[in-house]
Amino acid sequence: MASPAPANSLRSGPDANGHFGIFGGRYVAETLMPLILQVEEAYTAAKLDPEFQREFEYYQKHYIGRPSPLFFAERLTNHFGGGKLYFKRDELNHTGAHKINNVIGQALLARRMGKTKIIAETGAGQHGVATATACALFGMECEVFMGAVDVERQKPNVDRMRLLGAKVHPVTSGSSTLKDAMNEALRYWVSKPDTHFYIIGTVAGPHPYPAMVRDFQSVIGIETREQMLEAEGRLPDTLVAAIGGGSNAMGLFHPFLDDTDVALVGVEAGGYGIDTGQHAASLTGGRPGVLHGNRTYLLQDEDGQITEAHSISAGLDYPGIGPEHSWLHELGRVNYVSVTDDEALEAFALCTRKEGIIPALEPSHALAHVAKMIGDLPKDHIVVMNLCGRGDKDVDAVIPKLEAKGLV
Amino acid sequence: MGAGVGRIDAKFASLKEQGRAGLGVFITAGDPDAKTSAALLKGLPGAGADMVEFGMPFTDPMADGPAIQEASQRALKGGMTLKGTLALVREFRQDNQDMPIILMGYYNPIYAYGVDAFLTDALDAGADGLIVVDLPPEEDDELCIPALKKDMAFIRLATPTTDDKRLPKVLTNTAGFVYYVSIAGITGTASASNDMITSAVERLKRHTDLPVCVGFGIKTAQQAADVAKVADGAIVGTAVVNAIKDSLDGEGRATDKTVPTTLDFVKTLADGVRGART
Repeated sequence: MASPAPANSLRSGPDANGHFGIFGGRYVAETLMPLILQVEEAYTAAKLDPEFQREFEYYQKHYIGRPSPLFFAERLTNHFGGGKLYFKRDELNHTGAHKINNVIGQALLARRMGKTKIIAETGAGQHGVATATACALFGMECEVFMGAVDVERQKPNVDRMRLLGAKVHPVTSGSSTLKDAMNEALRYWVSKPDTHFYIIGTVAGPHPYPAMVRDFQSVIGIETREQMLEAEGRLPDTLVAAIGGGSNAMGLFHPFLDDTDVALVGVEAGGYGIDTGQHAASLTGGRPGVLHGNRTYLLQDEDGQITEAHSISAGLDYPGIGPEHSWLHELGRVNYVSVTDDEALEAFALCTRKEGIIPALEPSHALAHVAKMIGDLPKDHIVVMNLCGRGDKDVDAVIPKLEAKGLV
Repeated sequence: MGAGVGRIDAKFASLKEQGRAGLGVFITAGDPDAKTSAALLKGLPGAGADMVEFGMPFTDPMADGPAIQEASQRALKGGMTLKGTLALVREFRQDNQDMPIILMGYYNPIYAYGVDAFLTDALDAGADGLIVVDLPPEEDDELCIPALKKDMAFIRLATPTTDDKRLPKVLTNTAGFVYYVSIAGITGTASASNDMITSAVERLKRHTDLPVCVGFGIKTAQQAADVAKVADGAIVGTAVVNAIKDSLDGEGRATDKTVPTTLDFVKTLADGVRGART
């Protein structure tokens, strides 16, 4: 976890009530309030307990396989003709994405609290798989809520969850995607307040989840910092990460927030293009609102009704974003951009052929942005991109699209 | 009679005089269309409802079960907005000055409307109280305090998970009445036992002088009557919304039966509540 932040640091948020500026907070029904207050109390105590830290680090090292490598992507660097591109290889974690970093932390917390039953929501299925994995490891019951649309487009992950012993609930309310899965998980949680712990998969939801998930994910940035100092003797110039809810990006960015010479770029899912309205870019195309327990940028209509997001990537297909990102956006500390489905697909194919790494569609968005900007940079400009997940889960969905483009 | 908190207080004073509990009925504004909603509202006092919880439709009703989720979706599909909801309240108030209207829903549409503008317009239209599910006391500065300053009641939900330690916090800054959610869960699912409801109401009464109404899981006239024996009001939502749904045609549109059958059902609930203590 991150070292204590100095005064006036951008790393000291949120305040006692979970606010990052006007964002964050605890906008939940009274039925949920006692539950999230319990989680907050338990997490505050765990943070100060060296035994909890020791356990967390043990599983990070021996189960997840951390630290993940920092890899110089030499062939892509040559291909782009500018800058120097490194990948933070979080796709090499056990279960194939960064999601497990947070899940192990929350599962250990649940165990400390004496909870033996776990609820999770999932979009692409990576968080669901990670949660099912941790539950198998710790002998806990696991129930995963997943939009019916996502159950279809991420079938391999559904089967993995079932193999691991989890019960997958397809959610058919609303748009049948990630936001509806989260609604349903919250509804389920309020009906089982005594026995269940809800492991949220991203830096969103009511306080303390955005801060807690960030803390568990910040190992990504802490390692990147050390590895970069070792490899290059200095900090990187630019960090790039894809953003749905924003947990992999926050994990990478957070330890660098006070290093103002390090440029931070978050890449949202532009779907068919921001102009079409069919996208998942909450910061680029949304405005502040309240959903799922926090105030943050949301895709919504004039009347405050939440609109459906669209992305080729199920993991980015969410009409909101973590509140800390909204805050960093308004402060201007992080630059948020977007790329389209097509651009992400091309990056997916490029990474596969040039580096022998099949990336998930989520980090393919980050790479698509890198492809746009890195060619013009000087050769000594170091860019680190978070390769936050592997693409095996996407192969079935991607192949026909790449065939149509003549890219395979 | 004053609007806002005043109208709610007057209603509960009158119920006390009559020696009975009140019936609160929840319907979603614009379910399945504005015209039907207006007719239902207009008919509710005659059917014996003492108070209306008027649902402000929202795409993502986190604390509601499938029945009220679908009611929201029908209303939104029919073009209902928060402005439209207030217009329905205004229309109702032309002929009725007596029945409190509590707007019930989620914060985002209000936030999008603008808190000050919303409070001004809602009071002007004739609404008396607010139940905003996703605004706990921790976020009182958002809407609760501004509402109370304008004499709009901000009604709080207390739940089985709200323990004695937390209850005072929940009861601070509330007005009108306290809404006891009788089950841990969402609307329209299980029902609590009479004993559980009785002891919960007694517990609340030890902490507050406000009237206590009970909702979530009351589906029949008998259950409403049981609640009316021990609480100051019984609130029925899902069962009424289901009565509306059952009267719709295959495409989810209102029929000739929608208003009369729904009001008939409300009448059976009202008879249950009115006969409870005799």
